[in-house]
Amino acid sequence: MTAKISFRNVTKTYAVAGQAPFNAIEDFNLDVADGEFVTVVGPSGCGKSTALNVAAGLVRPSSGGITVDGARVEGPGPERGVIFQQYALFPWLTVRQNVEFGLRIAGHRRDERRRIADHFIDLVGLTDFAGALPKTLSGGMKQRCAIARAYAVNPKILLMDEPFGALDALTRVQLQDQLLAMWSRERRTVVFITHDVDEAVYLANRVVVMAARPGRLHRVVDVDLPFPRTEDIRLSAAFAALRNEVWRSVYHPALN
Amino acid sequence: MTLAASDRPDPAAFRRPRLTRSAEGKTALAPAPLEDTAGNAAQRSLLDRRAGRLAINVLAVVAGILIWGLFTTEGMVGLPTPLEVGRQAVVQAKNGLLWSDAAASLARVSSGFLLGIAVAIPIGFLMGWYRLARAVIEPYVQFFRTIPPLAIIPLAIVTLGIEETPKIFVIFLSSFLSSVVATYQGVVNVDKTLINAARVLGAGDFTIFRRVVVPASLPYIMVGVRIGLGSSWATVVAAELIAAQSGLGFRMQQAQLYYDLPTIFVSLISIGVLGLLMDRVVLAIDGFLTAWQEKL
Repeated sequence: MTAKISFRNVTKTYAVAGQAPFNAIEDFNLDVADGEFVTVVGPSGCGKSTALNVAAGLVRPSSGGITVDGARVEGPGPERGVIFQQYALFPWLTVRQNVEFGLRIAGHRRDERRRIADHFIDLVGLTDFAGALPKTLSGGMKQRCAIARAYAVNPKILLMDEPFGALDALTRVQLQDQLLAMWSRERRTVVFITHDVDEAVYLANRVVVMAARPGRLHRVVDVDLPFPRTEDIRLSAAFAALRNEVWRSVYHPALN
Repeated sequence: MTLAASDRPDPAAFRRPRLTRSAEGKTALAPAPLEDTAGNAAQRSLLDRRAGRLAINVLAVVAGILIWGLFTTEGMVGLPTPLEVGRQAVVQAKNGLLWSDAAASLARVSSGFLLGIAVAIPIGFLMGWYRLARAVIEPYVQFFRTIPPLAIIPLAIVTLGIEETPKIFVIFLSSFLSSVVATYQGVVNVDKTLINAARVLGAGDFTIFRRVVVPASLPYIMVGVRIGLGSSWATVVAAELIAAQSGLGFRMQQAQLYYDLPTIFVSLISIGVLGLLMDRVVLAIDGFLTAWQEKL
């Protein structure tokens, strides 16, 4: 299969006043296949968010570049949906209006917007809250709304920046299952950033482990667990072995 | 992907999240008051209701007037009694002076204030959105902000004459200066994540401005509008004290010449009541426009 997203020698250098410039990410190379679910895990400062923002087109690399379907990324675009850790819902819009935001920009007619939005609102289980403002929603509901909003514009790729990082453990597990269910239905290429090793292994086809100072790719771990992922898999010995392997790579990169 | 193909939701996939929805919904939508203890239950029930709070407001005002009456009728303080002030208000209301004065002041405030915010909001957006505009305009705004608008009055009278123009101009200046900074701050403080969220959904600069920057800066703008209204009101009275032939400030200034304390009180109370009413109107508009905000 050809690569959907290709990172080629991506380096991002930041200048800091009074200090030597530092590389948030250095010579980063990665190919993500069409329909693949890749998680990126690493300590803080390893440049995983920078890599994602470069792919989103929100940060311009200092050198190197990213291609999506062979075309060079020059800026943000609706074919690459982004889900932020802080939800980034428009607080003055209702759940439905938030989900319709991108559809309106894409020029969909009113009834069409409504139909598509309601479909994805239903998929994330927020139908009863379609008319609610974000301030009345819990964190988990806000993130589900953000996921529906990202899906609604029909992106080929979903870039998720620690989307469940601010949620409690129980809600996080529920949203992981929901996200996997959505992914298996609507097959998109997903790049998912996390600092949670369990989450990284549970969701992914492949786990990309990064190392810090300078931020760089450390190694890639293939996750050969079957889909659909279930609680049994989460509790299996195979999962534990993979989890331990990734854990050691993250916390003891010199040895692993 | 065609959406029609996936219109049938898969019941198995989302069974679990559906259960959490109601659980989450309960906690999110019906927060229990934190201070819910038996000790202050009675007090809370009164303060919890709008009518209850209003009743306490009215009681406080009545008590204030009673205390005022007590001190002044005993002759302890050389001020008019509430009754004298009330009688004077009736006299002025009957001969129409109260209404014409209030109308004159209101007309000046409204025209100066509305003109001020009508110019301040676009200029504030310009300053917040374009760094070049900010660099050009900011020194002027910051400089004129340090000059009290009243200090402009002598210059305004000399250059703009003694009619309404100099007064309206000074009021315009004071409301403009307070709203322009608030608007500009509002634009600068828009959450960058929201702008990025719009950008990745395909929004261009104009859409981001119209659909993200404008609504996101509204709470700041409304604060500026409220401050602008307050300073307009303060400025009109002062301007009328210095140079006017009508208005509540002018009436006070006249009364001062004749040691007519009840008239001064009538004017003062009118100024306070009108200012309060205008502030409530702005507050109601603010509440309507920014109801989406998470307020404490």
